[in-house]
Amino acid sequence: MLEVQNLCLSFNGKSIINDLSLHVNKGEIHGVLGENGTGKTTVAYLIMGVNNYKPSAGRMIFEGQDIADLSVSQRAKKGISLAWQEPARIEGLSVRDYLMLSGNNRGVKQIERFLWMVGMEPSKYLDRDIDNTLSGGERKRIELASVLAMRPKLAILDEPDSGIDIVSLPFILNGIVEMNKQGSAVLLITHNEKVVETAHRVSVLCAGRVLRTGKPAEMSLWFKENCQKCIHINEPLEEDEKL
Amino acid sequence: MISYSVEKEYQGMVDAYEKAGGNRSALLGKEVAKLVIHENKVLASDGVNGIKIETKETETGVNVHFLVEEGAKIPRPVHLCFGVLPKEGLQEIILKVTAQDNSEVNVIAHCIFPNAVKVIHKMDADIEIGNNAKFDYKETHYHGEFGGIEVIPKAKIRVGKGGIWQSTFTLSQGRVGKLDYDFEVFCEDRAVAELVVKAYGKGNDDIKVWEKIHLDGIGARGLAKSRLVLSDKAKAEVKGETYGNAPFARGHVDCIELVNGTDAVARAIPIVSVTNGKAKVTHEAAIGSIDKKQVETLMARGLDENEAVDVIVKGILR
Repeated sequence: MLEVQNLCLSFNGKSIINDLSLHVNKGEIHGVLGENGTGKTTVAYLIMGVNNYKPSAGRMIFEGQDIADLSVSQRAKKGISLAWQEPARIEGLSVRDYLMLSGNNRGVKQIERFLWMVGMEPSKYLDRDIDNTLSGGERKRIELASVLAMRPKLAILDEPDSGIDIVSLPFILNGIVEMNKQGSAVLLITHNEKVVETAHRVSVLCAGRVLRTGKPAEMSLWFKENCQKCIHINEPLEEDEKL
Repeated sequence: MISYSVEKEYQGMVDAYEKAGGNRSALLGKEVAKLVIHENKVLASDGVNGIKIETKETETGVNVHFLVEEGAKIPRPVHLCFGVLPKEGLQEIILKVTAQDNSEVNVIAHCIFPNAVKVIHKMDADIEIGNNAKFDYKETHYHGEFGGIEVIPKAKIRVGKGGIWQSTFTLSQGRVGKLDYDFEVFCEDRAVAELVVKAYGKGNDDIKVWEKIHLDGIGARGLAKSRLVLSDKAKAEVKGETYGNAPFARGHVDCIELVNGTDAVARAIPIVSVTNGKAKVTHEAAIGSIDKKQVETLMARGLDENEAVDVIVKGILR
């Protein structure tokens, strides 16, 4: 479904994304696991096309089409969406209206169902605004509900677990599983090796490139034993030296 | 100038009122208190139990005394409708409002100038909110697309002990033209004042907003809030002033001005002053272009850029 080939991005001569390749299959939850500063959010922004991020080299092929020159809206209309790590607050836009526009005006019953999926009681939230009156955790769960409402072909979730309290985390994970059951492929970006247990495959990221891809349990263990202990932050040793 | 019969005028006002978002039936039934003024003519003036409305037509407008009697709690909103339907005209409303102690009322006002090419609408209000009285006033304007209008609403409001004044002035439909809004509130002990202004300036609209709140009584609270969106060559200046003059007075000035485009100009001047060591007044003002992350959030849900901006603008002016 999504084929990222040899992607590169540099700022002021500094390489942020460095020959990154990965592919996400249709209906797959693909975890991207990496420490802070490894380029995870940048990958999300590049695929969604936000923040004026444009690759300096490489290709992003979504359902057979290179999406690099498409606008954010065009990519969304093709079926890609993004849940931000720190979602925007929009004064005067109610949860109801946000989910309705995300879901292309599906009925209220549907909207309520998406809120329940992320552990939110609709009667308490539908009429509230997605502004500063919501806590960080509430806003993130609503972000997830809005992606659920949109039913994209590919959902990019940028650290959906960060800033989430321990009680809310199961609801986030449930939302991700439900999203996948609805038919969305998920690019699940996180630095938490527990969270990627919901994935089918996991890629470990360092210094803007994929070090390896494999099964979640194996990758989590490898991440724990290598990346979390690594003193070469964002300067990975060559594979041979590391192993 | 076009001449209207009273019936035609009333019908015209009701039609325009509905177009501006008002509830048509509210102006036609007898069970709701209402006041309808076209230019300097009073077309309808109905009080209900607990409300007295007295009017006197003048050469250029109408003098109005609006009284809410002591202890009266008015169950249904009172509807006011002021307007000038022809292209040119002058309307001066001298408004005296008295909400006696322990009374409660909601007033919904629509000011309608759909064809204005050269129209001036002035309101000078003197408002007295009694002890523990509650007065909620929402004024919405509908101006049409010509921009040939000058709106000058001025009010001095005194809020008695434990009283509440809440007003929202909204001018987001049609062109603003020239707006010179000036509301000043004086709060006694435990009184609450909230002034909210929302406007959408387009073309060469010129907006001046001046909100002043004097927190003179112990524990008085005040909020001066403004939300402006400017596009094209519109310009706006917002002054929000709050004075904490008594112990435990709490005030806040909150101004957001969004500039959509390169030629619009926005200015905000918050003034906060405290003359009592136990009072606290805060302010926040944000002026700038529409937040890109907000726009991209909505675009990532499939809206195109203009649709996303529209949702954000409507939200801020809601």
